[in-house]
Amino acid sequence: MKNIISKKRFADQDIEQLIGLQLRYGVVIASLIVLVGGILYLYISGSALLPHYEQFAGEKARFITGAEIWQGALNLNPKGIIELGVVILIATPVLRILFSLIGFIIEKDRLYIIITLIVLLVMMFSTFGGLKV
Amino acid sequence: MTILTFTLLLLAGAYLAGLVGSLTGLGGGVVIIPLLTLVFHVDIRYAIGAALLASIANSSGAASAYVKEGITNIRLGMFLEIATTVGAVIGALIAVYTPTNTIAILFGSILLFSAAMTLRKKNKEALLEGSALANTLKLNNSYPTKEGEVSYKLKNVGAGFSIMTLAGIFSGLLGIGSGALKVLAMDSTMHIPFKVSTTTSNFMIGVTAAASAVVYLQRGYMDAGIAFPVVLGVLAGAFTGSKLLVRLDPKVLKYIFCTAIAFVAVEMIFNGYNHKF
Repeated sequence: MKNIISKKRFADQDIEQLIGLQLRYGVVIASLIVLVGGILYLYISGSALLPHYEQFAGEKARFITGAEIWQGALNLNPKGIIELGVVILIATPVLRILFSLIGFIIEKDRLYIIITLIVLLVMMFSTFGGLKV
Repeated sequence: MTILTFTLLLLAGAYLAGLVGSLTGLGGGVVIIPLLTLVFHVDIRYAIGAALLASIANSSGAASAYVKEGITNIRLGMFLEIATTVGAVIGALIAVYTPTNTIAILFGSILLFSAAMTLRKKNKEALLEGSALANTLKLNNSYPTKEGEVSYKLKNVGAGFSIMTLAGIFSGLLGIGSGALKVLAMDSTMHIPFKVSTTTSNFMIGVTAAASAVVYLQRGYMDAGIAFPVVLGVLAGAFTGSKLLVRLDPKVLKYIFCTAIAFVAVEMIFNGYNHKF
């Protein structure tokens, strides 16, 4: 019995270490991409006049869908690269949920496998549910 | 103003926002919205998009350190994330139908409340008797302190869950982490020691913000030209803040910043009331 408990604790701590690393790398990678895109953005259009940020353009803006952002980044469009970094930043905590799910599966914690799946489902619904309204 | 000047000014401003946010515990996102709207006269919707990103960056960056120390209660965070993510999606949906002036007034009120919350007395006592539901959900846990591992139990799970849903709605509607509401739910309602509640709240902010972030991205709230200086500036500021926190006692700073933030909050409410957004 004692053995089982200590083993469980061990898995718990391993997952915690893994989540910690994953979150850190996610943020670092995202900010590096944003930085590269930002420098390119300033290099190309730094001396241009500021866009009218006091007026909201909404969906007239470019780079608001996944495909568009990916294409933009591939074409080395500065704004496309920045938005790719933004997407990676948003994906970082979502990926964290997946890592937790794996942890709970290893521990065979059925209750928390279900709870984690519910959270994941809500995230998927908000991402792909077409909630643009 | 050229793009270069704007970017450099905003970078400096976001750095300060991240620093103040980290020293007060309010989070960088909260300070970014008044900075962008009141100082740079940016539309509040762009400000909300940028603040969401700042919250995610802040939360993930800080959580990576806390999780490793074993203070964060991952099960509790995961369970309450059901409430905050559902709330965040609801918040992002009603945001479309909410006039920007109303959003500004709501934001100012939440900011006032958050500033007051940071100055309150903190719960350091670990609860010894928990509720049955807390037991079933395996929410009781322990955390490391200087005097060794301290076990704690919690109660009022249902009430805490409801406040978390509200925190999620505000988070989705205003683009903030609503850390203050999260701490209220865990600290005051569920009686969790504040070290655990603040780190777990911070851990949850990233997921909560991400739940509404995609909706906002698709609506064009996240402009690359604003996101770039905000994300980098806030991250750098929060990093400096966390290093400073170890060396100095932020009590006096906290009072000064919270008073300043209260004035900013009143200005947001005033401008919203006068339909300036």
